[in-house]
Amino acid sequence: MLPMPIIAAISPKVVFTQLLGGFELTIRLFFLTLLFALPLGMLVAFCRMSKFTPLRWITKLYISIMRGTPLMLQLMVVFYGPSYLFKGADIERFPAAVIAFSINYAAYFAEIYRGGIESIPKGQYEAAKVLGYNKIQTFMRIILPQVLRNVLPAITNEVITLVKDTSLASVIAYTEMFSVAKRLSAKYLSLLPYAGSGLFYYVANYIVSIVMEFFEKKLNYYEK
Amino acid sequence: MSLLEIKNLKKSFGDNNVLRDISLNVDEGQVVAVIGPSGSGKSTLLRCATTLEIPDSGDIKYIDEYLCRTVDGVMQYAKKDKLKKICSYFGLVFQNFNLFPHYTVMKNIIDAPVKVMKQDKKQAEKTAMDLLTKMGIADKADAYPCNLSGGQQQRVSIARALALNPRILFFDEPTSALDPELTGEILKVIRQLAAENMTMVIVTHEMTFARDVADHIIFMDGGVIVEEGSPEEVIGNPKSERTKAFLSRFEG
Ligand SMILES: Nc1ncnc2c1ncn2[C@@H]1O[C@H](COP(=O)(O)OP(=O)(O)OP(=O)(O)O)[C@@H](O)[C@H]1O
Ligand SMILES: [Mg+2]
Repeated sequence: MLPMPIIAAISPKVVFTQLLGGFELTIRLFFLTLLFALPLGMLVAFCRMSKFTPLRWITKLYISIMRGTPLMLQLMVVFYGPSYLFKGADIERFPAAVIAFSINYAAYFAEIYRGGIESIPKGQYEAAKVLGYNKIQTFMRIILPQVLRNVLPAITNEVITLVKDTSLASVIAYTEMFSVAKRLSAKYLSLLPYAGSGLFYYVANYIVSIVMEFFEKKLNYYEK
Repeated sequence: MSLLEIKNLKKSFGDNNVLRDISLNVDEGQVVAVIGPSGSGKSTLLRCATTLEIPDSGDIKYIDEYLCRTVDGVMQYAKKDKLKKICSYFGLVFQNFNLFPHYTVMKNIIDAPVKVMKQDKKQAEKTAMDLLTKMGIADKADAYPCNLSGGQQQRVSIARALALNPRILFFDEPTSALDPELTGEILKVIRQLAAENMTMVIVTHEMTFARDVADHIIFMDGGVIVEEGSPEEVIGNPKSERTKAFLSRFEG
């Protein structure tokens, strides 16, 4: 007689604690991605609008690849690519995930920023110029504040998507929350860990939307 | 004293010769009205004079310094520091105001003096308040442009230009974006400035106003100055057929 596989009894408390551990890594990935991708997106937007045609085209290509291929695949390329191309060029899972997410989200943010910048009327630049503002002052004092306000709703959408997208990092076995849920679920033959992780994502995004709403209200002190 | 002197100014967009050969002179204290049909190049002329457009050739001189000049067929602009100084001689009031929507009325006016010209903030606020009082909108200092009527916005934009203390102020159709009942308040402000001997160049379609306020009228058509002179001469007794045809549209 074959021995029955021993399935440990599932304890919600254990599941919660383990998921929480994974959630910490999720949060880390989330914040680091925003930290890099939000400013990087602005740089990419500038390159995308550059007067220098080759730079503009390269940036356009980069954005279209980032948007046109699965993020999951990009994660694998960043993680496995270096060691595949060069012997010994290994990259840790965590930095690989941060890099992949950052360059992917920077592309999306760049397109949002570009839309925001291009929507500012030419007259704003002209008024600033005649009043003596230089290029940097014009951008920082006149253009950027209006752009940020205009693009914030679109940024909010991306940030909410990012919270959920972090689960894709499980593809390179980065032990964020979704990987943990997968492992627990296999171990206990239970769907409870998945349900638990869903709840975590939901609560996280609930907080994200409250925070973003706060910023949107703060920036909405004037009408266009 | 001559504040602005333009010589042989030419500007084309592609094969559209917008300014064909414009020369004019504006003396200190003079109020010049520029009239002419749509597309005659009036805005382009102001935009060249205020660095928003780069002319193809010709000279633009403020007081005794060249903003730009053509030497041996090459257009040369003043060097950075000098350019900055020359640009502080003029101000421009736009047809559609171009106020900064994210700044209050007060900030719209003092931001350039404080952040660009490095003036003392308290002093700049005092100047701004005086200007707003003069414009009759002192109570709007803390309002945002979106909460003002068009006429009030245009008065703010005039105050914003005046806050930098320009020697000469350009207006490009300052009342064209306004409802007819609001044009009066802007014309009143400009009249008041004229009475204080502010040097102004005003592009306008308000013939009665041009005749009242201007010392000198320039009629432009097809990128050239067709006729110029005192209001009595140009509007009262035009010599050119084109001027007559243009003016006849404003009668009755
Ligand atoms: N940036 C530009 N690019 C191409 N063409 C232009 C540009 N700006 C002006 N033009 C053209 O130059 C001509 C003169 O324009 P401008 O705006 O100077 O005329 P205007 O006398 O101010 O007319 P209006 O009374 O309608 O304001 C027009 O034919 C216009 O289409
Ligand atoms: Mg015009």
